Amino acid sequence: MKRIERVNDFVVRFANVNGSGSASANNLFAKAIFRLGVPVSPKNIFPSNIQGLPTWYEVRVSEQGYLARRGGFDFVVAVNGQTLLRDYRELSPGGYFLYDSTRELNEEFDRSDVIPIPIPLTDLCNTAFENPKLRQLLKNIIYVGSLAYLIHLDFAVLTDAVNQQYRKNPKLAEPNIKALEIGFAYARDHHPDTCKLRVEKTDRIGDKILMNGNSAFALGAIYAGATVVGWYPITPSTSVVEAFEKYTTMFRVEADSGRRKAAILQAEDELAALGIVIGASWNGARAFTSTSGPGISLMSEFFGLAYFAEIPAVVLDVQRTGPSTGMPTRTQQSDLLSCAYASHGDTKHVLLFPCNPRECFDFAADAFDLAERLQTPVIVMSDLDLGMNDHISPPLHWDDNRTYDRGKVLSAEDLESRQEQWGRYLDVDGDGICYRTYPGTHPTKGSYFTRGTSHNEYSGYTEESPIYQAGMERLLLKWQTARHLVPAPRIKIRDGKSRLGTIFFGSTTQAAYEAIGDLALQGLWINSLRLRAFPLNDEVADFINRHETIFVIEQNRDGQLRTLLINEGDFPPEKLLKVLSFDGLPITAACIAAKIGALLQEKPQQSKDGGTA
Amino acid sequence: MSTDRPIFRHPQATKNSAGFSRKDYEGAISTLCAGCGHDSATNAIIQACFELAILPHRVVKMSGIGCSSKTPAYFLGRSHGFNSVHGRMPSIATGANMANRDLLYVGISGDGDTASIGMGQFAHALRRNLNLTYICMNNGCYGLTKGQDSATADRGSAGKKGVPNPYSAIDLCELAIELGASYVARGFSGDKQQLVPLIKGAFSHSGLAFIDVISPCVTFNNTSTSTKSYEYVREHIDSTNTFDFIPLQQEILAHYPEGTSQDVLMHDGSVLHLHKAESSKDVTSRRRAVDSLEEEKAKGRLLTGLLYVNQDIMETHDIINSTLRPLNTLKEADLCPGNAALKKIMEGLR
Ligand SMILES: Cc1ncc(C[n+]2csc(CCOP(=O)(O)OP(=O)(O)O)c2C)c(N)n1
Ligand code: SF4
Ligand SMILES: [Mg+2]
Repeated sequence: MKRIERVNDFVVRFANVNGSGSASANNLFAKAIFRLGVPVSPKNIFPSNIQGLPTWYEVRVSEQGYLARRGGFDFVVAVNGQTLLRDYRELSPGGYFLYDSTRELNEEFDRSDVIPIPIPLTDLCNTAFENPKLRQLLKNIIYVGSLAYLIHLDFAVLTDAVNQQYRKNPKLAEPNIKALEIGFAYARDHHPDTCKLRVEKTDRIGDKILMNGNSAFALGAIYAGATVVGWYPITPSTSVVEAFEKYTTMFRVEADSGRRKAAILQAEDELAALGIVIGASWNGARAFTSTSGPGISLMSEFFGLAYFAEIPAVVLDVQRTGPSTGMPTRTQQSDLLSCAYASHGDTKHVLLFPCNPRECFDFAADAFDLAERLQTPVIVMSDLDLGMNDHISPPLHWDDNRTYDRGKVLSAEDLESRQEQWGRYLDVDGDGICYRTYPGTHPTKGSYFTRGTSHNEYSGYTEESPIYQAGMERLLLKWQTARHLVPAPRIKIRDGKSRLGTIFFGSTTQAAYEAIGDLALQGLWINSLRLRAFPLNDEVADFINRHETIFVIEQNRDGQLRTLLINEGDFPPEKLLKVLSFDGLPITAACIAAKIGALLQEKPQQSKDGGTA
Repeated sequence: MSTDRPIFRHPQATKNSAGFSRKDYEGAISTLCAGCGHDSATNAIIQACFELAILPHRVVKMSGIGCSSKTPAYFLGRSHGFNSVHGRMPSIATGANMANRDLLYVGISGDGDTASIGMGQFAHALRRNLNLTYICMNNGCYGLTKGQDSATADRGSAGKKGVPNPYSAIDLCELAIELGASYVARGFSGDKQQLVPLIKGAFSHSGLAFIDVISPCVTFNNTSTSTKSYEYVREHIDSTNTFDFIPLQQEILAHYPEGTSQDVLMHDGSVLHLHKAESSKDVTSRRRAVDSLEEEKAKGRLLTGLLYVNQDIMETHDIINSTLRPLNTLKEADLCPGNAALKKIMEGLR
């Protein structure tokens, strides 16, 4: 039988039971690989459950730097009885099956093309450790020790990581290191020369970090000066506010009073959460909420108010699998349309699409600037994969010369020195953006009445059709202004003559680049545009127009980005082909390459001059 | 529709200690039906602001949707106002208050806005004890959508269509007391004498002050069969106590005979001085307050006046221990930790 034999290029799957404390052991493993300078991408595939259901953690090791989920696995650490057989059957031929041999496998485990690696994890653990609570956790650490031996992972890196984790409480490091040693020794004594997968130290990481998108966004909000947060718990966005709260403890506690320079309120629902954000932003504080699809649905009416009354609001949507409750712990990019056009009447909202933690940080800060500059909601579109999984990312960086763009806000002095009459909705600069005031600014000037009803340029109530219509048209002018302010797309022209292009965004990015690379190896050169914002910048039209066929890659069923492109850019629908994945798992390069390949076969051959036959 | 009032100022108009005349607290001309209770309630708000010499630009007025929620346009024309969406005034007020704790927040709502669509937000603003004067102009119906029964309509009460309401009524004052409001009162838009001091007390209160103002809808719910009509309320009203609101500056001048009164010291140093009638109750006991409401209800009477005050419950900012400085005044130097701190965090992620 042929064993899978690879260096720095394989996938390990950990099959655990939810709530058994496996996460920290699995993280330890991923982190150790990262510290050896080898690109790694862990994906937690977990159930909507607190304890007892199966959970998987897949770690892709890729010296080439491919960070998307690969699909398939070469090594499985199978410690969940419920899924043991399934994990066994799905293992790639020539792969390795590490299991807890305290219980014998039955006759169903009869594959001849995989390599069983029995390790009596429970026995080893129970013999070595007394404390029943610790036993559960340390059993996980033991398999990490075994794995380290089997794939030649530098043991010192593991022990360093443990020591760092418990540097404030070195007593806890001791049993962990002991567990690692037990696992390592057992594998060395019983399974020498068994595994042909190998991790070797390299230098492919540079100054990069390993971080999840939710924490990065929270840090971005801290750096951008957010002070008010209204939120309602929902997976996968909850950890954003948890992180924000943690960082306020680090950075926002007044030394003299012990009071906090932030107000975080757990609201009664998402309606209230966005209401809090709108009220605070209207009153001159930077405020945000983070949520997921169901929350966006509830916020719909308020989005319209903020759009029409022109109030900044920063919202992070960490998308999950819909519709309805869908698969709440699985990923998707399926809130695009509901966010772009959230609310009744003619509404459009600015969307930002980060693709890695660095961009989650940057776009958090940009979102506050844009929302205040444009006086409108800005929704940052993350998703479960980007938000909750750790990703290798360029380090976060803050330019200390950067100041907050608070937009067009009149101070008491401005109001005092102003000659012309001020109108809250009077466009004096011709960019569709008017000047606003905060309550309490000036004793006699600058007060106005904010309303969701139709208003004139001086914020007075009106039902005059021309005035209403002019206001709606000015909002479109503002939308045009927004096009030039939002982050531009990242375009890669690999072959200036290629007629094939692809457009994608957010967490699809890594898989898309990998697929493009794979197809290039087959001689197929595809140019790419990574969209980073809505409204669509000019570059998008240029890119689409210069290609004959555009593959729009996204993680939803209906091709929502494609719909948005057709709707907003008037592009010919037949030119935009759907490449979709919506199974709730992070999209893979293999899926993309296969679908592009199939589409090219279906598509009639195109003539050189650009017309389709 | 609504326009500014003609700017005519009587030269001799009396000024308050801040140098403002009563007109300075008015807003645009009301577009509500002539005789609408909401206009009287609006006038009581104007009077209370005038008497307290409040600086108009330090007030923020907010509302939901409904005839009642339109009234912020009709008072305090020099203040910022925010007419939001149906039932969501409390969350907007919460956010605004979080951004700047130094302003005075007045929230106006209706019984539909509060007791139905906005019940959740009402309840949670109460339990957080947001520093907000929350006035519900309660007419037992949905005025703006033409008179449907609201959740505060009494069972058996009938509006213009004459169909008796089959459902039991929500008593917003009882609910407010149960849910943690620290100041709860009921007034009647037709009784300015009582309503003005109730509003003044609410303005001086730190925390959520809820006032349920029975405010008849003359167009849809002022029939003899309605329990929220002027006639019915006038005949069935019962008052807990009469009382004066004594602002801080005047406290020393007030003299009241001992034994017949109860004083409540407000956070800002003002005093609520209650003239206790024989039957009147202690307003600082939550249980007694609810009992009184129930007892009067059983007699078919409507209890008005100051029902409950508790000066010891912390307001939201103090519960969450947020800075005493208005958050909206903090700048980069207060908020942004700088790149050096970020670099340190990055080290931990390698
Ligand atoms: C989401 C939503 N649903 C329904 C309406 C229609 N609507 C406007 S006002 C109102 C009821 C107002 O009743 P209340 O709060 O008692 O105010 P009143 O007019 O009686 O003062 C309703 C249902 C709306 N504006 N928004
Ligand atoms: S309909 Fe009723 S509540 Fe509305 S303005 Fe007229 S009287 Fe007032
Ligand atoms: Mg009503």
